Amino acid sequence: MSARLTFATAGRILRQLRHDRRTIALILVVPTVLLTLLRYLYDNNPLLFDRIGLIMLGVFPLVIMFLLTSVAMLRERTTGTLERLLTTPIGKVDILLGYGIAFAVAAAVQATIASALAYLLLGLDTLGPAWLVGVIAVGNSVLGMALGLLVSAFANSEFQAVQFMPAVVLPQVLLCGLLQPRDQMAGWLQAISDVLPMSYAVQALTELGANTEPTGVMWRDLGVIVGCVIVALLLGAATLRRRTP
Amino acid sequence: MTNAIEVEHLVVARGKRRVLHDFTCSVPSGSVTGLLGPSGSGKTTFMRAVVGVQQIVSGTVTVLGHPAGSKPLRDKVGYLTQAPSVYADLTVKENARYFASLYGLGAAEADAAVSDVGLSQAKDQLVGTLSGGQRARASLACAIVSKPQLLVLDEPTVGQDPVLRNELWQRFHALARAGSTLLVSSHVMDEAGRCDRLLLVREGLLIADESPAAVRERAGTDDLEEAFLRLVQAQESVQESDKEKVA
Ligand SMILES: Nc1ncnc2c1ncn2[C@@H]1O[C@H](COP(=O)(O)OP(=O)(O)OP(=O)(O)O)[C@@H](O)[C@H]1O
Ligand SMILES: [Mg+2]
Repeated sequence: MSARLTFATAGRILRQLRHDRRTIALILVVPTVLLTLLRYLYDNNPLLFDRIGLIMLGVFPLVIMFLLTSVAMLRERTTGTLERLLTTPIGKVDILLGYGIAFAVAAAVQATIASALAYLLLGLDTLGPAWLVGVIAVGNSVLGMALGLLVSAFANSEFQAVQFMPAVVLPQVLLCGLLQPRDQMAGWLQAISDVLPMSYAVQALTELGANTEPTGVMWRDLGVIVGCVIVALLLGAATLRRRTP
Repeated sequence: MTNAIEVEHLVVARGKRRVLHDFTCSVPSGSVTGLLGPSGSGKTTFMRAVVGVQQIVSGTVTVLGHPAGSKPLRDKVGYLTQAPSVYADLTVKENARYFASLYGLGAAEADAAVSDVGLSQAKDQLVGTLSGGQRARASLACAIVSKPQLLVLDEPTVGQDPVLRNELWQRFHALARAGSTLLVSSHVMDEAGRCDRLLLVREGLLIADESPAAVRERAGTDDLEEAFLRLVQAQESVQESDKEKVA
């Protein structure tokens, strides 16, 4: 592992993003538009917006970062740049951490703008502090990024990579407690929901919505998210093979 | 003279097929060695084995005294893949600087490599907007930027005009004089004459490992293209008579 190579790679990925204005615009605009849409969807029920809008603040960045990184990493594989990188002094972990840092920067900007909009213009109300909501939202997008890096190993084309979104992310959205409180699901579904990382992300945000001070459950949930990010990155590194058939 | 690459009894399978059969050869240090053979004969596969990204069935590949692909080689070996592998959404200069940074080198070395391949004019252009030949040279710049001890170049002159091709070959020899070893693949026979040594491959079998002069002499012709055809035919008739003996 080398910090110098990791940061060189993160810088390179951010430079690639900078040349792609449309992607930047999509990263920043899509969550804000969707949140605005939600706000007026629940125009007569601000309490519901406080609950759903808050959760979406965590879900949108996760989905977007998942898509972005799975496609970006797949491109690295299919254009041969990954094979070339693996013949240079950079290590596998440096490459993945480089992706992690670059997209975490993008995710932080995205989550900050979305949270600022939700609190300042859309009237989102939470008992807990807004900055912690921002922290969890960034944690979620980093989680989306780590999952995206991991699944890109199992895709051979961009068509397949995009299909992993409904396959990997959508079940988590359905089971995370957004549509139905988790304790009202069938027992076996609840068990599945217990091992899906997004359930903890949503629980952390819900805790923040309902309590003035950060709770122990919230810190535990944040710990679970960080743990999942680390595990996904390590598994991702294991899927990067220097020698291929 | 020592050898930069030593290959012994290398066997490689891709998919279900054997692509390299019991390949044994060596590449002398400081030489420009040409790897020639028809399309699909196994040139890229051999180069991938040398840089250590190819899974092999058996045999050994030793590069600069270390097993191919091992850690001490990573800053000593440069690899140009056959399809240009550079980032299309970065400029030529940004690509070269990124690859330079992986070897701890700075902007000056990166910019020198870009001008070495004749891309100074286009250095601020996005690679995605370059012509095919320019893109190949952008990729080449990223391979030579670290001035590695061993350069493995897979068809570096494809798609280049004769003037540029000549310049590139002069640059390869200049790198060799400065102490690098170059393994260069091509299927253009008129490039074979520019090499110090030739490895001729056909269907995964090595049919010649000698200097261009020796190839010409053995085949009894001055034309390398003709010489290659004769060697191929000679090998085919050997195989035929082997089969007859077995029958
Ligand atoms: N990923 C792969 N899976 C299965 N077979 C492969 C794969 N890559 C190459 N091959 C086969 O291996 C053989 C050798 O391929 P290789 O790319 O080494 O040829 P080459 O000499 O570099 O050809 P060219 O001059 O066209 O680049 C070919 O028959 C090819 O079809
Ligand atoms: Mg080839």
